[in-house]
Amino acid sequence: MARRADQLGLHSAMADRLIPMLVGAMSFLAVLAIAGVIAAAALAAQWQGDTGAALTVQVPDANAPAASGAGDRKGAVLGVLAATPGVTGPKALSDAELDRLLKPWLGEDAQNLALPVPAVITASWSGAGSIASLRAALDEAAPGTLAETGARWAARVAALTASLKTSAAAILVIVALVASAVIAIATHAGLAQRRETIAIIHGLGALDSDIAGRFALRATLLAGFGAIIGAGLAVPVLLWLARLAAPFAGVLPQTGAPSLPPLLWVVLPAIPIAAALIGWVTTQFTVRGWLRGLA
Amino acid sequence: MVRFEDVWLKYRRAGEASLVRLTGAGSANAAPPDVVSGVSFEIPDGGFRWLIGASGAGKTSVLKLIYLAERPIRGDIDILGTRVGKLDRRELALLRRRIGVVYQDFRLLPHLSAYDNVALPMRLARRPEAQIKADVTELLRWVGLSEKHQSRPYELSGGEQQRIAIARAVIGRPKLLVADEPTGNLDDEQAERLMLLITALNRLGTTVVVATHNLGLVARYPAPHLEIAGGRLVADG
Repeated sequence: MARRADQLGLHSAMADRLIPMLVGAMSFLAVLAIAGVIAAAALAAQWQGDTGAALTVQVPDANAPAASGAGDRKGAVLGVLAATPGVTGPKALSDAELDRLLKPWLGEDAQNLALPVPAVITASWSGAGSIASLRAALDEAAPGTLAETGARWAARVAALTASLKTSAAAILVIVALVASAVIAIATHAGLAQRRETIAIIHGLGALDSDIAGRFALRATLLAGFGAIIGAGLAVPVLLWLARLAAPFAGVLPQTGAPSLPPLLWVVLPAIPIAAALIGWVTTQFTVRGWLRGLA
Repeated sequence: MVRFEDVWLKYRRAGEASLVRLTGAGSANAAPPDVVSGVSFEIPDGGFRWLIGASGAGKTSVLKLIYLAERPIRGDIDILGTRVGKLDRRELALLRRRIGVVYQDFRLLPHLSAYDNVALPMRLARRPEAQIKADVTELLRWVGLSEKHQSRPYELSGGEQQRIAIARAVIGRPKLLVADEPTGNLDDEQAERLMLLITALNRLGTTVVVATHNLGLVARYPAPHLEIAGGRLVADG
């Protein structure tokens, strides 16, 4: 005699495993896609900040006299850099720092190999002036000097990040469409199984909104439940990936406890809400469309 | 009041069209035939009409138009003072709540108890549970099934199921009661009991239309009749 008796018998008509399982799988994929974008964006922002602002200058024959005849070439280049607007903190790498840089290619004693190793000067480049005019000024002070900024690499990283975001958006759309299709199929199956019952209830004066609402409530609960499970299962995977990515992000040492970006903790609870919403909207449309076949 | 003015009906849905073909009313390649053709009649408020005719004559189709399970392809229908053709889906549903329907095959929901089956129209109308309990209990007593309120339909005899069906049909105090071969699956004693219930409702002011091909039953309960043959009204009176 319960007031909320399952009038349409939906507990047996709408499969209580198919929707949660498939929506759960879709939610798992959605979380991974979103996490990938968030991680890529964070890494890209860091790389762009580091790389885009970096200015590297190589001075061959650094100890030779400068073209002006005053001091050596390295000193002349440092002087030009110090006087150039937009260039800050020029610093010549020491022999030990150069050894450390070259060690992967030349071994322990790079300075003793009698190779013509150029002096390397690093600085920050705000991009205020033209790199071409800087190169010209450097070449005049010390012919053969090379200057590189990270702008090109920063642009490449930005393009890569944008394409990753687009791919993730496409994945999310596909995941949403698949989830919606699964729910629509399950709803159609439930409608077919309860065709006679619905016809009776319809004949007794049930509103379309009554019938669609009962189906939608069931689908919403099943989709939301599945999404909670799917998103929950993604968390340990994300923590594992965060642990692997930590050294690249420079956030934590590899042995430290992994953590997830704060934005991801906002996204995680949003996934079941989105899945429930997809379930509700899909079922409402499906059932109301089906009911239009009745008078 | 129920009024038909030159009403025509043709089934468009495949399942029903094939049903018509099985009865010999059409062929597989032909367009669906008219199952109701130019029918006009009027039943005053509180009136009783037998709807008679041979099997396949179109009685059920006329009843479906009355209880709004079908909409005519042509003609006008007034049900309880409302022109049906102008109603949207919500208004149609609300009008259906004022019509009680008794089917030959009962059409009870098998997963619900007798109590919940009877309570269904009131729950759809969102009536208070206390009122539902009072009304359902009273009606189950009226149809003599108080003791079986928790039984599922499959646990009841045909006569008991039909009494549950009529209790469900009248619990919303309908102004119009429509019954399609209500005694078709009942023995004589149960059929008599059911007719007593229906005529009692009619005396209380409910407009009643009962379709039957049982002319013996019509003879025992004399009342005006509408006779259908080949989808046409051939007698009214």
